[in-house]
Amino acid sequence: MPFFTISKTILRSLFGRPATLMYPAVPREYVEGSRGHIEIAVESCSFCSLCQRKCPTEALSVDRETKIWKIDRLRCIACNFCAEACPKKCLSMATGYSPAVTSPGETEEHHA
Amino acid sequence: MIESQDFRETTPERLIGEVQGMRDAGYRLVQIGATRTEGFEINYSFDRNLEFVNFKIRLADNTEAIPSISGVYWSAFLYENELHDLFGLNIKNIHIDYQGHFYRVARPAAFAEKPPPPKIKRAVKPTAGTEVKET
Amino acid sequence: MRTIIPFGPQHPVLPEPIHLDLVVEDETVVDVIPSIGFIHRGLEKLVEKKDFQEFVYVAERICGICSFIHGMTYCHGVEQLMKIEVPPRAHYLRTVWSELSRIHSHLLWLGLIADAFGFESLFMHSWRLREKVLDIIEATTGGRVIFGSCKIGGVRRDIENGTLREIAAKLRDYAVEYKDLGNVFLNDLTVKRRLCGVGVLSGPDALGLGSVGPMLRASGVAQDMRLLKYAAYGGIDFAPVTAEEGDSYARCAVRIGEIFQSVEIIRQCSEKIPGGAIEIKVTGLPEGEFYARTEQPRGEVIYYIKANGTKNLERLRVRTPTFANIPPMLKIMTGCQLADVPVLVLTIDPCISCTER
Repeated sequence: MPFFTISKTILRSLFGRPATLMYPAVPREYVEGSRGHIEIAVESCSFCSLCQRKCPTEALSVDRETKIWKIDRLRCIACNFCAEACPKKCLSMATGYSPAVTSPGETEEHHA
Repeated sequence: MIESQDFRETTPERLIGEVQGMRDAGYRLVQIGATRTEGFEINYSFDRNLEFVNFKIRLADNTEAIPSISGVYWSAFLYENELHDLFGLNIKNIHIDYQGHFYRVARPAAFAEKPPPPKIKRAVKPTAGTEVKET
Repeated sequence: MRTIIPFGPQHPVLPEPIHLDLVVEDETVVDVIPSIGFIHRGLEKLVEKKDFQEFVYVAERICGICSFIHGMTYCHGVEQLMKIEVPPRAHYLRTVWSELSRIHSHLLWLGLIADAFGFESLFMHSWRLREKVLDIIEATTGGRVIFGSCKIGGVRRDIENGTLREIAAKLRDYAVEYKDLGNVFLNDLTVKRRLCGVGVLSGPDALGLGSVGPMLRASGVAQDMRLLKYAAYGGIDFAPVTAEEGDSYARCAVRIGEIFQSVEIIRQCSEKIPGGAIEIKVTGLPEGEFYARTEQPRGEVIYYIKANGTKNLERLRVRTPTFANIPPMLKIMTGCQLADVPVLVLTIDPCISCTER
């Protein structure tokens, strides 16, 4: 039938539940394994700077002397390459996006 | 399955004849692409029912004149303008010649510059948080 | 009287910038001159600075929609050069992800074309269905459009056999809704009035102008790079979806047919997938030259890889499907009505940033 072809879909939407989330009243739930942001357990970090060398976007910087691990969240592409390379397995990929920053190039520091 | 790679050599003089032969045999023009080697290489790729054929031209430098094949395959003008803008190749009689305005590039013929020699040591990467000067 | 009307680079139907100079006589377009190059990024040149293993990330970011297939084609090319035997399970997983990205790309296109001919609610329903596919992709790879799951020598993540069968079952349920959606595109009177007989491209013209993908198949040429049997396509039973008319309606029908075909391929993969490792350790460096060809949602993509035995490739050339489809687009636009221009631009499924790389 060449008319009213979409009416079935429309009726289903009309009586069904909304397809979108009532954000922010209902927070978004991330599936397990979603690549959101990199987290570090800085106590177990050995500051070997392997992650810094592996990072394809040069978002990480590791200072062995002062024991500071830095990440530029705007540069990070959440590719998980550093977490795969980490010999101490202190880097991990977590779900959810990292919070906004106020200026580009602002780094997040983690001290041992 | 590994697809067979058929590379055939040709010269700028013989090019139009070879391409016309491919057109008459019912091949589709797949792509034209150049490579910066010691000189330049241009590859013309054709396909007919998944049978893939390449013609390769070797040039000493990018001032040598190459005839345009846009008279045979009309669609070649896009590839040829691209070659002119990125590699500075001198392609004659393109059907629609953009005169170097096909791509808006910061520097003309940037792809014609030789790649830097392979470094043995990995270059020092800028660390996060430091300013990087754009050159 | 002839008038030249500039179309783009900013236009409501264009997600990405392309500029067309339309030479118009009354309401009829008599000539079109394209102009691209607004977003040339020089990614091919970057290969001289990036390690060939790291470059997978760059290859994936050439395009935001067919990103996985870009990465896979690059990996396929390098693997062939290095003579790496990828484990069969990785091949099957790559096939599943390629088909998932084909479904989401075609649903995206259906939404865009609905928007171009002014059927706003159809656009929203197409994208609502696409979102469910993106959820499957996010659950299996971790990313919505940039999968990041392909690497040289295999894949990064495994999908368990049970999960894979669940995905196939889920897609079978979604296929019911795809069918309702396809019914609107293929049978609705108003939609047909906008698509039927608009932008006819004959089979010989399509071949002569070098068009690829659904554009070529809608003109009756059954050419599909998946028949080259890369990844696991050798073990899958499928035939290219074709149509004869060569008009916008045929191109729409081919893409809708391919959505169902992809659902079917994923079902076959979920049954046939072998066990075993998902990656193999890569040693050595690539050397030689190779043309890798695969089928993206938009058509055939070509990666020319030339390596000289160092960790940086000597040359990487990417010929994306949209680049090949621009000449046929110009051909179908000459002689069309001015009001049909947005629809015709969209029927090639333009992806301009991947065209310019």
